Amino acid sequence: MTPDAADGDLAIESRALTKVFGSQRAVDGIDLAVPRGSVFGFLGPNGTGKTTSIRMMLGLVRATSGDVRVLGEPMPDRLRDVLPRVGALVEGPAFYPFLSGEANLRRFDSADRHASPATRRARVASALERVGLSAAASKKAGAYSLGMKQRLGIANALLQPRELLVLDEPTNGLDPQGTREVRHLVRSFAAEGTTVFVSSHLLAEVEQICTHAAIMSAGALVAQGSLAELRGAGQSSVRVSTPDPGAAAAVLVRFGLTPALSEPASASAEVSALLPDRAATDTGGRIDIDDILPALVRAGVRVRGFVVEEPSLEDRFVALTGEGFDVVR
Amino acid sequence: MSSAETATRRPSAGLALLGSELSVLFRRRRTWAMLAAVALIPILLAVALRLSSGTVEPGEGPPFLDRVTQNGLFVGFTAMVVAIPLFLPLTIGVVAGDTIAGEASLGTLRYLLVSPAGRIRLLLVKYAGAAAFCFVATLTLIVAGAVIGASLFPIGPVTLLSGDVISVPESAGRSVLVACYVSVSLLGLCAIGLFISTLTSVPVGAMAATVVVSVISQILGVLPQLSWLHPWLFTHYWLGFAGLLSQPLDASTFADNALLQGGYILVFGALAYGRFASKDILS
Repeated sequence: MTPDAADGDLAIESRALTKVFGSQRAVDGIDLAVPRGSVFGFLGPNGTGKTTSIRMMLGLVRATSGDVRVLGEPMPDRLRDVLPRVGALVEGPAFYPFLSGEANLRRFDSADRHASPATRRARVASALERVGLSAAASKKAGAYSLGMKQRLGIANALLQPRELLVLDEPTNGLDPQGTREVRHLVRSFAAEGTTVFVSSHLLAEVEQICTHAAIMSAGALVAQGSLAELRGAGQSSVRVSTPDPGAAAAVLVRFGLTPALSEPASASAEVSALLPDRAATDTGGRIDIDDILPALVRAGVRVRGFVVEEPSLEDRFVALTGEGFDVVR
Repeated sequence: MSSAETATRRPSAGLALLGSELSVLFRRRRTWAMLAAVALIPILLAVALRLSSGTVEPGEGPPFLDRVTQNGLFVGFTAMVVAIPLFLPLTIGVVAGDTIAGEASLGTLRYLLVSPAGRIRLLLVKYAGAAAFCFVATLTLIVAGAVIGASLFPIGPVTLLSGDVISVPESAGRSVLVACYVSVSLLGLCAIGLFISTLTSVPVGAMAATVVVSVISQILGVLPQLSWLHPWLFTHYWLGFAGLLSQPLDASTFADNALLQGGYILVFGALAYGRFASKDILS
């Protein structure tokens, strides 16, 4: 749960941040610590208060109690000084459908008093180019596809050099190609030293780009830290595909493992077992993973597949919240 | 309007949002459709009069109607009187009701605010945009009236209500004055629309409510039992531009009207600020 950065070096920091709507505690006392320079995944099923938290960070929603500091300044009190340094995509892109993509960006840029009118056209053009929308710049935003709107939303966050990007579900509604593009963009922002705060209900995509993550469940923060820290608590496992499941299980038992058998539709069955904690194996523990496969072969097991699976964030998530993703409360 | 006052550091950039607001407002097809409909009122009126063979008796139909056939310059005044009770408030209701609620329903409100536009500045800019529409709408009506009147009827010196005669150029000046008077009359309704617009993210609801308020005020204005209330209704002076058509020009109603509308702007501007400054933006 501990962030691995000094307190003064946090891009976003909240203390007991709470928002109550009527009788529902949408956000229930969360203590976020987003280190500067990190790519921070804000994870949780839909409806767990991620967007409400983001709205509080950006001064759109007033916290019921607790406080949040963005780039070291309290929000929403210092909103005027903080927000020009923050680019945001909040709960999906939104545009004037009757204006072109370019005109939409100029409109949002003109709302920022710190944005220079002299460089507006050039900044809009370069933001559009960054997300690959130059060719569609003069097309009406209403005629954009969902993926193009999402990219235009990201371009809007890039109108100025930013210290922090807050991207709420940036890959929502995108096809696999679009998702790859967004991942690529996020990596390039991070490479430039921008802190990126990405919320998502799709764990797998965030896992690939984040250095840190926090997991929300029912309005509360249930885990937070670097990806390695979060994964560290999980266990690796070994999985064997074989037509001889009985013999394979017997070999695994000899290694002190507890194999479980699953019988897929195909000819070969799968035998899997959790490995002891990595810490135990690393410190010259009881099992050398590399001994298992030769032992299986020596025992005459026909091995069609052998996989050592690292603990995933998803396992960790399920263990923490007892629920899968895409759960709507 | 006064966005320059709030833009302490960079006045030029502070005005950029107002420019953007006006360009967005007057680039919308809806705005043009409403202005075209406003222009259609004097045109329909003039064409109908031209095509009908019978003469109009004094006192028949809307005020000034009997004079139109003798002098085309009266088309604009007649059309204005026809448009004031419902049609102009309708268009103002659409524009003013849409100010905040329209942005909220598009979702663009949150992006304007994180830009950051500043909530007070956004309110001021939105109000200035709606006020600009009032002036453009009434001028459109007067200009369309003058053009169609000049092309279908004789044009000449205008005999005023007082019996005095003014020249054609002076009557053009009076026409613009009447348009300004009517625009100012609508500024109170604009402020009411802005306030209602901060209450909802359903723009149609805010538009309808604004129009309903103007209709209710006019209904209260004709009930003699409520005569004590009449001077306080924002619709009280709506048709009171006769002073502008007399010689010498009587501007006292103009001043009373402006004072009343100013009061409405202050009260409903303050209510809109009170509501919007601390509102949770969930759209």
